Amino acid sequence: MSLRAVVIGASAGGVQALSQILPGLPAGFPAPVMVVVHIPPRKDNALVELFARKCRLEVKEAEDKEPLVPGTIYFAPPDYHLLVETAGSLALSSDETVNHSRPAIDVLFETAADAFGNALAAVVLTGANQDGARGLRAVCEAGGSAFVQDPATAEVGTMPEAALAACPAARMMALDEIGCALQAMMPR
Amino acid sequence: MGESIEDIEIQLLLDAVYRHYHYDFRHYARASIKRRLLQARTQWGYDSISEMQSAVLHDETILPRLLNFLTVQVSEMFRDPSYFQALREKVVPHLRTYPSLKVWVAGCSHGEELYSLAILFAEEGLAERTIFYATDINPNALKAAQAGVYPLDRIRLFTENHRLSGGHGSLSDHYTANYDRAVFDKSLRERTVFSDHSLVTDAAFGEMHLISCRNVLIYFDRELQDRVVGLFGESLARGGFLGIGSKESLRFSAHADLFSEFVREEKIYRRRSR
Repeated sequence: MSLRAVVIGASAGGVQALSQILPGLPAGFPAPVMVVVHIPPRKDNALVELFARKCRLEVKEAEDKEPLVPGTIYFAPPDYHLLVETAGSLALSSDETVNHSRPAIDVLFETAADAFGNALAAVVLTGANQDGARGLRAVCEAGGSAFVQDPATAEVGTMPEAALAACPAARMMALDEIGCALQAMMPR
Repeated sequence: MGESIEDIEIQLLLDAVYRHYHYDFRHYARASIKRRLLQARTQWGYDSISEMQSAVLHDETILPRLLNFLTVQVSEMFRDPSYFQALREKVVPHLRTYPSLKVWVAGCSHGEELYSLAILFAEEGLAERTIFYATDINPNALKAAQAGVYPLDRIRLFTENHRLSGGHGSLSDHYTANYDRAVFDKSLRERTVFSDHSLVTDAAFGEMHLISCRNVLIYFDRELQDRVVGLFGESLARGGFLGIGSKESLRFSAHADLFSEFVREEKIYRRRSR
Protein backbone atom coordinates (compact mmCIF):
# COMPACT_ATOMS: atom_id res chain seq x y z
CA MET A 1 0.00 0.00 0.00
CA SER A 2 1.35 3.42 -0.76
CA LEU A 3 0.41 6.33 1.44
CA ARG A 4 -1.04 9.37 -0.33
CA ALA A 5 -1.98 11.66 2.55
CA VAL A 6 -1.62 12.24 6.28
CA VAL A 7 -4.19 13.85 8.59
CA ILE A 8 -3.48 14.90 12.16
CA GLY A 9 -5.82 16.15 14.90
CA ALA A 10 -4.78 17.76 18.16
CA SER A 11 -6.36 19.83 20.91
CA ALA A 12 -5.15 20.84 24.39
CA GLY A 13 -1.37 20.46 24.45
CA GLY A 14 -1.38 19.98 20.69
CA VAL A 15 1.19 22.58 19.72
CA GLN A 16 3.85 20.90 21.82
CA ALA A 17 2.93 17.44 20.55
CA LEU A 18 3.00 18.61 16.93
CA SER A 19 6.41 20.15 17.59
CA GLN A 20 7.71 16.64 18.14
CA ILE A 21 6.28 15.28 14.89
CA LEU A 22 6.13 17.90 12.13
CA PRO A 23 9.71 19.25 12.26
CA GLY A 24 10.96 15.66 11.93
CA LEU A 25 9.33 15.14 8.55
CA PRO A 26 12.11 15.21 5.95
CA ALA A 27 12.28 17.48 2.93
CA GLY A 28 10.72 15.66 0.00
CA PHE A 29 8.11 13.96 2.19
CA PRO A 30 5.92 12.61 -0.59
CA ALA A 31 2.42 13.32 0.77
CA PRO A 32 0.38 16.32 1.88
CA VAL A 33 -0.18 16.65 5.64
CA MET A 34 -3.43 18.21 6.85
CA VAL A 35 -3.72 19.34 10.43
CA VAL A 36 -6.64 20.42 12.62
CA VAL A 37 -5.80 22.00 15.94
CA HIS A 38 -8.60 23.34 18.12
CA ILE A 39 -7.96 27.05 18.40
CA PRO A 40 -10.16 29.94 19.53
CA PRO A 41 -12.19 31.29 16.59
CA ARG A 42 -11.04 34.89 16.71
CA LYS A 43 -7.32 34.42 16.94
CA ASP A 44 -5.12 34.93 13.96
CA ASN A 45 -3.53 31.72 12.90
CA ALA A 46 -0.20 31.85 14.70
CA LEU A 47 0.34 28.13 14.08
CA VAL A 48 1.41 28.62 10.49
CA GLU A 49 4.13 31.07 11.38
CA LEU A 50 5.28 28.98 14.34
CA PHE A 51 5.63 25.77 12.36
CA ALA A 52 6.96 27.40 9.21
CA ARG A 53 10.03 28.31 11.25
CA LYS A 54 10.43 24.80 12.64
CA CYS A 55 9.66 22.59 9.66
CA ARG A 56 11.53 21.53 6.55
CA LEU A 57 8.26 21.20 4.65
CA GLU A 58 6.23 24.13 3.40
CA VAL A 59 3.63 25.16 5.98
CA LYS A 60 0.49 27.14 5.10
CA GLU A 61 -3.07 27.84 6.07
CA ALA A 62 -5.47 25.75 3.98
CA GLU A 63 -7.46 27.68 1.37
CA ASP A 64 -10.82 26.85 -0.12
CA LYS A 65 -10.64 24.55 -3.21
CA GLU A 66 -6.87 24.56 -3.00
CA PRO A 67 -5.07 21.77 -4.88
CA LEU A 68 -3.11 19.47 -2.55
CA VAL A 69 0.64 19.45 -3.04
CA PRO A 70 2.82 16.66 -1.60
CA GLY A 71 5.33 17.79 1.00
CA THR A 72 3.10 20.61 2.22
CA ILE A 73 1.59 20.97 5.69
CA TYR A 74 -1.87 22.55 5.71
CA PHE A 75 -3.41 23.97 8.88
CA ALA A 76 -7.18 24.49 9.15
CA PRO A 77 -8.00 28.20 9.53
CA PRO A 78 -9.68 29.31 12.77
CA ASP A 79 -13.49 29.15 12.69
CA TYR A 80 -13.72 27.02 9.53
CA HIS A 81 -13.96 23.28 9.02
CA LEU A 82 -11.30 21.79 6.77
CA LEU A 83 -12.50 19.10 4.38
CA VAL A 84 -10.85 17.00 1.71
CA GLU A 85 -12.97 17.78 -1.33
CA THR A 86 -11.49 15.20 -3.69
CA ALA A 87 -8.30 13.20 -3.53
CA GLY A 88 -6.61 16.24 -5.02
CA SER A 89 -8.09 19.27 -3.30
CA LEU A 90 -9.28 20.86 -0.07
CA ALA A 91 -12.41 22.76 0.88
CA LEU A 92 -13.49 24.93 3.80
CA SER A 93 -16.94 25.23 5.32
CA SER A 94 -18.61 27.32 7.98
CA ASP A 95 -21.08 24.60 8.90
CA GLU A 96 -22.08 24.40 12.53
CA THR A 97 -19.55 23.21 15.08
CA VAL A 98 -18.96 19.48 15.45
CA ASN A 99 -18.05 18.31 18.97
CA HIS A 100 -18.28 22.02 19.90
CA SER A 101 -15.37 22.67 17.57
CA ARG A 102 -14.79 24.44 14.29
CA PRO A 103 -12.50 23.28 12.85
CA ALA A 104 -13.39 19.73 13.89
CA ILE A 105 -11.06 16.78 13.57
CA ASP A 106 -13.93 14.41 12.70
CA VAL A 107 -14.86 16.50 9.65
CA LEU A 108 -11.31 16.40 8.27
CA PHE A 109 -10.82 12.70 9.02
CA GLU A 110 -14.16 11.54 7.62
CA THR A 111 -13.79 13.46 4.37
CA ALA A 112 -10.14 12.38 4.05
CA ALA A 113 -11.11 8.74 4.61
CA ASP A 114 -13.71 9.11 1.90
CA ALA A 115 -11.26 10.61 -0.57
CA PHE A 116 -8.13 8.55 0.13
CA GLY A 117 -9.48 5.23 1.43
CA ASN A 118 -6.65 2.92 2.44
CA ALA A 119 -3.96 5.32 1.25
CA LEU A 120 -4.47 7.54 4.31
CA ALA A 121 -2.69 7.70 7.66
CA ALA A 122 -4.48 9.48 10.53
CA VAL A 123 -3.06 10.59 13.85
CA VAL A 124 -4.93 11.60 17.02
CA LEU A 125 -2.89 13.50 19.60
CA THR A 126 -3.43 15.02 23.03
CA GLY A 127 -6.73 16.72 23.89
CA ALA A 128 -9.47 17.20 26.45
CA ASN A 129 -12.50 16.21 24.37
CA GLN A 130 -13.66 13.39 22.09
CA ASP A 131 -13.20 14.98 18.69
CA GLY A 132 -11.40 12.70 16.24
CA ALA A 133 -12.79 9.43 17.60
CA ARG A 134 -15.54 9.04 15.02
CA GLY A 135 -13.23 10.27 12.30
CA LEU A 136 -10.52 7.79 13.21
CA ARG A 137 -13.05 4.97 13.06
CA ALA A 138 -14.02 6.12 9.58
CA VAL A 139 -10.34 6.04 8.58
CA CYS A 140 -9.99 2.45 9.88
CA GLU A 141 -13.20 1.35 8.18
CA ALA A 142 -11.90 2.69 4.87
CA GLY A 143 -8.73 0.64 5.36
CA GLY A 144 -6.44 3.51 6.34
CA SER A 145 -3.75 3.45 9.02
CA ALA A 146 -4.59 4.87 12.45
CA PHE A 147 -2.11 6.12 15.04
CA VAL A 148 -2.95 7.43 18.50
CA GLN A 149 -0.65 9.12 20.95
CA ASP A 150 -0.22 6.95 24.05
CA PRO A 151 -2.65 8.63 26.49
CA ALA A 152 -0.13 8.10 29.30
CA THR A 153 2.34 10.35 27.48
CA ALA A 154 -0.24 12.93 26.37
CA GLU A 155 -0.63 16.25 28.13
CA VAL A 156 -4.36 15.48 28.27
CA GLY A 157 -5.32 11.86 27.67
CA THR A 158 -9.07 12.20 27.04
CA MET A 159 -8.95 12.58 23.27
CA PRO A 160 -6.49 9.74 22.55
CA GLU A 161 -8.43 7.49 24.95
CA ALA A 162 -11.68 8.21 23.14
CA ALA A 163 -9.99 7.53 19.80
CA LEU A 164 -8.62 4.19 20.99
CA ALA A 165 -12.01 3.19 22.36
CA ALA A 166 -13.73 4.06 19.06
CA CYS A 167 -11.04 2.50 16.91
CA PRO A 168 -9.39 -0.48 18.66
CA ALA A 169 -7.36 -1.27 15.53
CA ALA A 170 -5.41 1.98 15.97
CA ARG A 171 -1.77 1.70 16.99
CA MET A 172 -0.86 3.41 20.25
CA MET A 173 2.56 5.08 20.18
CA ALA A 174 4.81 7.68 21.73
CA LEU A 175 5.24 10.88 19.72
CA ASP A 176 8.68 10.08 18.30
CA GLU A 177 7.46 6.65 17.18
CA ILE A 178 4.56 8.25 15.30
CA GLY A 179 6.95 10.41 13.26
CA CYS A 180 9.05 7.36 12.38
CA ALA A 181 5.98 5.31 11.51
CA LEU A 182 4.77 7.97 9.08
CA GLN A 183 8.14 8.11 7.36
CA ALA A 184 8.37 4.34 7.17
CA MET A 185 5.07 4.20 5.30
CA MET A 186 6.21 6.51 2.56
CA PRO A 187 7.09 5.09 -0.82
CA ARG A 188 10.76 5.59 -1.59
CA MET B 1 -10.44 3.84 -6.59
CA GLY B 2 -13.61 3.75 -8.69
CA GLU B 3 -16.66 5.79 -7.89
CA SER B 4 -18.40 4.38 -4.82
CA ILE B 5 -22.05 3.36 -4.93
CA GLU B 6 -22.81 6.10 -2.45
CA ASP B 7 -21.24 8.73 -4.70
CA ILE B 8 -23.29 7.46 -7.63
CA GLU B 9 -26.44 7.61 -5.51
CA ILE B 10 -25.65 11.17 -4.44
CA GLN B 11 -25.18 12.27 -8.04
CA LEU B 12 -28.48 10.64 -8.99
CA LEU B 13 -30.28 12.29 -6.09
CA LEU B 14 -28.95 15.73 -7.04
CA ASP B 15 -29.95 15.11 -10.66
CA ALA B 16 -33.43 14.08 -9.54
CA VAL B 17 -33.86 17.15 -7.33
CA TYR B 18 -32.79 19.37 -10.21
CA ARG B 19 -34.97 17.71 -12.83
CA HIS B 20 -38.11 17.53 -10.72
CA TYR B 21 -37.85 20.59 -8.47
CA HIS B 22 -35.34 22.79 -10.35
CA TYR B 23 -33.10 23.26 -7.33
CA ASP B 24 -29.59 22.81 -8.62
CA PHE B 25 -27.05 21.47 -6.14
CA ARG B 26 -25.00 19.66 -8.76
CA HIS B 27 -22.13 22.10 -8.51
CA TYR B 28 -22.08 22.46 -4.77
CA ALA B 29 -18.80 21.44 -3.13
CA ARG B 30 -19.20 17.70 -2.93
CA ALA B 31 -17.56 16.80 0.39
CA SER B 32 -19.83 19.15 2.29
CA ILE B 33 -23.03 18.22 0.50
CA LYS B 34 -22.25 14.54 1.02
CA ARG B 35 -21.88 15.06 4.77
CA ARG B 36 -25.20 16.86 4.88
CA LEU B 37 -27.01 14.24 2.81
CA LEU B 38 -25.64 11.42 4.95
CA GLN B 39 -26.76 13.28 8.07
CA ALA B 40 -30.25 13.66 6.61
CA ARG B 41 -30.33 9.98 5.67
CA THR B 42 -29.33 8.92 9.19
CA GLN B 43 -31.71 11.32 10.87
CA TRP B 44 -34.66 10.32 8.71
CA GLY B 45 -33.89 6.62 8.99
CA TYR B 46 -33.38 5.72 5.33
CA ASP B 47 -31.18 2.73 4.56
CA SER B 48 -29.65 4.33 1.51
CA ILE B 49 -29.47 7.56 -0.46
CA SER B 50 -31.45 5.81 -3.23
CA GLU B 51 -34.29 5.18 -0.82
CA MET B 52 -34.17 8.82 0.18
CA GLN B 53 -34.21 9.84 -3.48
CA SER B 54 -37.37 7.86 -4.06
CA ALA B 55 -39.02 9.53 -1.07
CA VAL B 56 -37.96 13.01 -2.18
CA LEU B 57 -39.40 12.45 -5.66
CA HIS B 58 -42.71 10.96 -4.55
CA ASP B 59 -43.43 13.03 -1.46
CA GLU B 60 -43.31 16.79 -2.01
CA THR B 61 -43.36 17.53 1.70
CA ILE B 62 -39.82 16.18 2.06
CA LEU B 63 -38.23 18.75 -0.23
CA PRO B 64 -38.46 21.73 2.17
CA ARG B 65 -36.78 19.66 4.86
CA LEU B 66 -34.09 18.57 2.44
CA LEU B 67 -33.50 22.21 1.49
CA ASN B 68 -32.99 23.01 5.16
CA PHE B 69 -30.33 20.31 5.36
CA LEU B 70 -28.59 21.44 2.18
CA THR B 71 -28.68 25.19 2.58
CA VAL B 72 -29.24 26.57 6.02
CA GLN B 73 -26.27 28.23 7.61
CA VAL B 74 -26.14 29.27 11.20
CA SER B 75 -24.37 32.61 11.14
CA GLU B 76 -23.76 35.47 13.54
CA MET B 77 -24.63 39.13 13.42
CA PHE B 78 -21.50 41.15 12.69
CA ARG B 79 -19.55 37.94 12.16
CA ASP B 80 -15.89 38.98 11.69
CA PRO B 81 -16.33 42.45 13.24
CA SER B 82 -13.33 43.80 11.32
CA TYR B 83 -15.23 43.26 8.04
CA PHE B 84 -18.07 45.48 9.21
CA GLN B 85 -15.61 47.99 10.58
CA ALA B 86 -13.97 48.20 7.16
CA LEU B 87 -17.37 48.69 5.51
CA ARG B 88 -18.14 51.44 8.00
CA GLU B 89 -14.83 53.24 7.76
CA LYS B 90 -13.77 52.68 4.17
CA VAL B 91 -16.83 51.83 2.05
CA VAL B 92 -19.49 54.05 3.67
CA PRO B 93 -17.67 57.31 2.79
CA HIS B 94 -17.99 56.35 -0.89
CA LEU B 95 -21.61 55.24 -0.51
CA ARG B 96 -22.50 58.60 1.06
CA THR B 97 -21.85 60.30 -2.26
CA TYR B 98 -24.85 58.54 -3.87
CA PRO B 99 -28.39 59.95 -3.50
CA SER B 100 -29.86 56.45 -3.49
CA LEU B 101 -28.33 53.07 -2.77
CA LYS B 102 -29.02 49.44 -3.57
CA VAL B 103 -27.52 46.69 -1.42
CA TRP B 104 -27.80 42.96 -2.13
CA VAL B 105 -27.31 40.33 0.56
CA ALA B 106 -26.97 37.21 -1.58
CA GLY B 107 -27.70 33.93 0.19
CA CYS B 108 -29.13 35.72 3.22
CA SER B 109 -30.14 32.55 5.09
CA HIS B 110 -31.72 33.56 8.42
CA GLY B 111 -30.82 37.20 7.94
CA GLU B 112 -27.96 37.79 10.38
CA GLU B 113 -25.85 39.55 7.74
CA LEU B 114 -28.85 41.56 6.48
CA TYR B 115 -29.69 42.93 9.93
CA SER B 116 -26.03 43.67 10.60
CA LEU B 117 -25.89 45.79 7.45
CA ALA B 118 -29.28 47.40 8.11
CA ILE B 119 -28.11 48.44 11.58
CA LEU B 120 -24.82 49.71 10.22
CA PHE B 121 -26.60 51.73 7.51
CA ALA B 122 -29.06 53.12 10.09
CA GLU B 123 -26.20 54.14 12.37
CA GLU B 124 -24.44 55.83 9.49
CA GLY B 125 -27.57 57.71 8.44
CA LEU B 126 -27.86 55.89 5.10
CA ALA B 127 -30.96 53.79 5.83
CA GLU B 128 -33.45 56.25 4.33
CA ARG B 129 -31.82 56.23 0.95
CA THR B 130 -31.11 52.48 0.76
CA ILE B 131 -33.07 49.56 -0.59
CA PHE B 132 -31.85 46.16 0.55
CA TYR B 133 -32.38 43.02 -1.46
CA ALA B 134 -32.16 39.85 0.62
CA THR B 135 -32.22 36.68 -1.42
CA ASP B 136 -32.04 32.97 -0.78
CA ILE B 137 -33.28 29.79 -2.45
CA ASN B 138 -34.76 28.41 0.75
CA PRO B 139 -38.28 29.75 1.45
CA ASN B 140 -38.05 28.80 5.13
CA ALA B 141 -34.82 30.74 5.50
CA LEU B 142 -36.39 33.78 3.80
CA LYS B 143 -39.32 33.58 6.20
CA ALA B 144 -36.94 33.50 9.15
CA ALA B 145 -34.97 36.43 7.74
CA GLN B 146 -38.19 38.37 7.31
CA ALA B 147 -39.18 37.68 10.92
CA GLY B 148 -35.82 38.82 12.33
CA VAL B 149 -36.14 36.82 15.54
CA TYR B 150 -33.09 35.24 17.15
CA PRO B 151 -32.61 33.23 20.34
CA LEU B 152 -31.71 35.51 23.20
CA ASP B 153 -28.75 33.35 24.15
CA ARG B 154 -27.01 34.37 20.91
CA ILE B 155 -27.41 38.08 21.58
CA ARG B 156 -24.43 38.34 23.88
CA LEU B 157 -22.15 37.27 21.02
CA PHE B 158 -23.95 39.53 18.53
CA THR B 159 -23.61 42.46 20.96
CA GLU B 160 -19.90 41.90 21.42
CA ASN B 161 -19.41 41.61 17.64
CA HIS B 162 -21.39 44.81 17.08
CA ARG B 163 -19.26 46.67 19.62
CA LEU B 164 -16.02 45.37 18.09
CA SER B 165 -17.21 46.42 14.63
CA GLY B 166 -17.32 50.05 15.77
CA GLY B 167 -21.10 50.19 16.22
CA HIS B 168 -22.53 53.41 17.58
CA GLY B 169 -24.75 52.93 20.58
CA SER B 170 -25.92 49.54 21.71
CA LEU B 171 -27.30 46.62 19.75
CA SER B 172 -30.19 46.61 22.23
CA ASP B 173 -31.41 49.84 20.62
CA HIS B 174 -32.50 47.66 17.71
CA TYR B 175 -34.40 44.76 19.28
CA THR B 176 -36.98 43.95 21.92
CA ALA B 177 -36.41 41.01 24.22
CA ASN B 178 -39.44 38.78 24.38
CA TYR B 179 -39.03 35.80 26.72
CA ASP B 180 -36.12 33.88 25.27
CA ARG B 181 -36.09 35.67 21.93
CA ALA B 182 -34.82 38.95 20.55
CA VAL B 183 -37.19 40.51 18.02
CA PHE B 184 -35.43 42.98 15.75
CA ASP B 185 -37.18 46.24 14.90
CA LYS B 186 -39.47 46.27 11.89
CA SER B 187 -37.95 49.59 10.84
CA LEU B 188 -34.74 47.71 9.96
CA ARG B 189 -36.48 45.75 7.22
CA GLU B 190 -38.96 48.38 6.05
CA ARG B 191 -36.85 49.00 2.98
CA THR B 192 -35.87 45.39 2.35
CA VAL B 193 -37.13 43.28 -0.52
CA PHE B 194 -37.00 39.58 0.35
CA SER B 195 -36.82 37.44 -2.72
CA ASP B 196 -36.34 33.92 -3.94
CA HIS B 197 -33.22 33.96 -6.09
CA SER B 198 -30.75 31.27 -7.06
CA LEU B 199 -27.14 32.19 -7.66
CA VAL B 200 -26.90 28.96 -9.66
CA THR B 201 -29.72 29.40 -12.14
CA ASP B 202 -31.07 32.97 -11.95
CA ALA B 203 -29.87 36.11 -13.69
CA ALA B 204 -28.14 39.25 -12.47
CA PHE B 205 -29.74 41.94 -10.28
CA GLY B 206 -29.15 45.42 -11.65
CA GLU B 207 -26.96 48.28 -10.53
CA MET B 208 -26.08 47.35 -6.96
CA HIS B 209 -23.77 49.61 -4.96
CA LEU B 210 -22.82 46.90 -2.49
CA ILE B 211 -23.13 43.13 -2.62
CA SER B 212 -22.37 41.23 0.56
CA CYS B 213 -22.14 37.47 0.13
CA ARG B 214 -20.12 35.87 2.89
CA ASN B 215 -19.37 32.17 3.26
CA VAL B 216 -21.62 31.20 0.39
CA LEU B 217 -19.02 30.74 -2.34
CA ILE B 218 -17.13 28.14 -0.27
CA TYR B 219 -20.09 25.81 -0.70
CA PHE B 220 -19.69 25.90 -4.48
CA ASP B 221 -17.22 24.15 -6.74
CA ARG B 222 -14.78 26.24 -8.78
CA GLU B 223 -16.99 26.23 -11.86
CA LEU B 224 -20.01 27.53 -9.98
CA GLN B 225 -17.92 30.02 -8.00
CA ASP B 226 -16.83 31.36 -11.32
CA ARG B 227 -20.39 31.79 -12.58
CA VAL B 228 -21.42 33.59 -9.41
CA VAL B 229 -18.46 35.96 -9.44
CA GLY B 230 -19.42 36.84 -13.03
CA LEU B 231 -23.01 37.39 -11.90
CA PHE B 232 -21.82 39.76 -9.17
CA GLY B 233 -19.72 41.63 -11.71
CA GLU B 234 -22.80 42.10 -13.91
CA SER B 235 -24.98 43.10 -10.98
CA LEU B 236 -22.72 45.82 -9.59
CA ALA B 237 -22.76 49.43 -10.68
CA ARG B 238 -19.35 50.65 -11.85
CA GLY B 239 -17.37 51.41 -8.72
CA GLY B 240 -19.72 49.23 -6.62
CA PHE B 241 -18.40 47.08 -3.81
CA LEU B 242 -18.36 43.33 -3.22
CA GLY B 243 -17.67 41.75 0.17
CA ILE B 244 -17.04 38.01 0.50
CA GLY B 245 -16.02 35.71 3.36
CA SER B 246 -12.64 36.03 5.01
CA LYS B 247 -11.46 32.69 3.56
CA GLU B 248 -12.94 33.22 0.12
CA SER B 249 -11.13 34.67 -2.84
CA LEU B 250 -11.73 35.95 -6.35
CA ARG B 251 -8.20 35.02 -7.28
CA PHE B 252 -9.07 31.84 -9.15
CA SER B 253 -12.02 33.26 -11.01
CA ALA B 254 -12.01 33.95 -14.73
CA HIS B 255 -13.86 37.16 -13.84
CA ALA B 256 -11.27 38.34 -11.33
CA ASP B 257 -10.23 41.19 -13.63
CA LEU B 258 -13.65 42.81 -13.24
CA PHE B 259 -12.64 43.70 -9.70
CA SER B 260 -9.86 45.46 -7.87
CA GLU B 261 -8.95 44.77 -4.26
CA PHE B 262 -10.36 47.55 -2.08
CA VAL B 263 -9.72 46.32 1.46
CA ARG B 264 -7.53 43.33 0.85
CA GLU B 265 -7.47 41.80 4.32
CA GLU B 266 -11.27 42.00 4.63
CA LYS B 267 -11.97 40.62 1.16
CA ILE B 268 -13.75 43.75 0.01
CA TYR B 269 -13.46 44.32 -3.74
CA ARG B 270 -14.51 47.12 -6.04
CA ARG B 271 -16.01 46.79 -9.49
CA ARG B 272 -13.68 48.34 -12.03
CA SER B 273 -15.22 51.12 -14.08
CA ARG B 274 -13.60 50.14 -17.34
